Amino acid sequence: MREHTVLRVVVKLLIAPILIFALYVQFHGDYSPGGGFQAGVIFAAAIILYALIFGLAEARRAVPPGVLRVIGALGVLLYAGTGVYAMLSGGNFLDYDYLAHDAVHGQHYGLLLVEFGVGLTVSSVITSVFYVFAGRGRRREQS
Amino acid sequence: MTVDIALNVLLLSFLAITGLAIARVRNLFPVAMLTGLYSLLSASLFQLLDAVDVALTEAAVGAGVMTVLFLATFGLTRAREKSVPRSRTAIGLVVTGLTGAALFYASLDMPHFGAADTPVQEHPLRERYLETVREEIDVPNAVTAVLASYRGYDTLGEVTVVLTAGVGVLMLLGVSRRGRHDDDKEP
Repeated sequence: MREHTVLRVVVKLLIAPILIFALYVQFHGDYSPGGGFQAGVIFAAAIILYALIFGLAEARRAVPPGVLRVIGALGVLLYAGTGVYAMLSGGNFLDYDYLAHDAVHGQHYGLLLVEFGVGLTVSSVITSVFYVFAGRGRRREQS
Repeated sequence: MTVDIALNVLLLSFLAITGLAIARVRNLFPVAMLTGLYSLLSASLFQLLDAVDVALTEAAVGAGVMTVLFLATFGLTRAREKSVPRSRTAIGLVVTGLTGAALFYASLDMPHFGAADTPVQEHPLRERYLETVREEIDVPNAVTAVLASYRGYDTLGEVTVVLTAGVGVLMLLGVSRRGRHDDDKEP
């Protein structure tokens, strides 16, 4: 795809808005449709688009697979950690009422943290799966 | 309202045409593209039904990521469907017809589209979720509140499933025969 100038330019223009839209869907999920799952998928789609146009090697340099594996686990850890923190603060597991002094504020913090965890895991898992699928094809061509 | 109905009919007929085209085409590259188109049409339908969350997911996963994964898979396998003998296509047609008839029969039991007296509208839990959410959580998007707070365990389970599935794929495909991580370094 390296020689397609139009595609390269258009994609370069598109990727930043896609990433920002993903962040909007992520952190505005309390107010508008969307949330961690949707945001994670959109974020991953932006990275995959980058890999399709600029090559897998470039994408791997920008978003290394090793980092993705760590982030994927961190997302679940953040989710479960929020639940454990609520437990340590005197509530039940995942009872966000105890995350702040005010129960409603606690719920807001809880939603934000938990959705962020979901977004991290979903985006990194989808990108990792794409990396291994796309990477195998290339390896086979060479051998 | 009439515009809505016209759009619904239009999108559903496009869906049917795309499905038939997928069944007919033997070369798998167009099939991957048509599957993406099918997902995009479904996403538009979900949008029409006011299920914006589902539409977002369907558009990104179905039309975007899945198409790319299909194409990547065709890089590994042959991209042409094997022709099947006539006798086996007949069996397939019978099974598909019977399943379709069963589904159609089941759909007769469903409440009418937009009916006001369905369990979704009348169950007491509806009040619980849609009205007390104002005092208890106070976010405008009740879907997020239900998903992440009232059904917090459920969503934690879902995220764990996503991670486990990803780990499974990485264990199967991500390690080369020499036992090195396939995706760590570009050769």
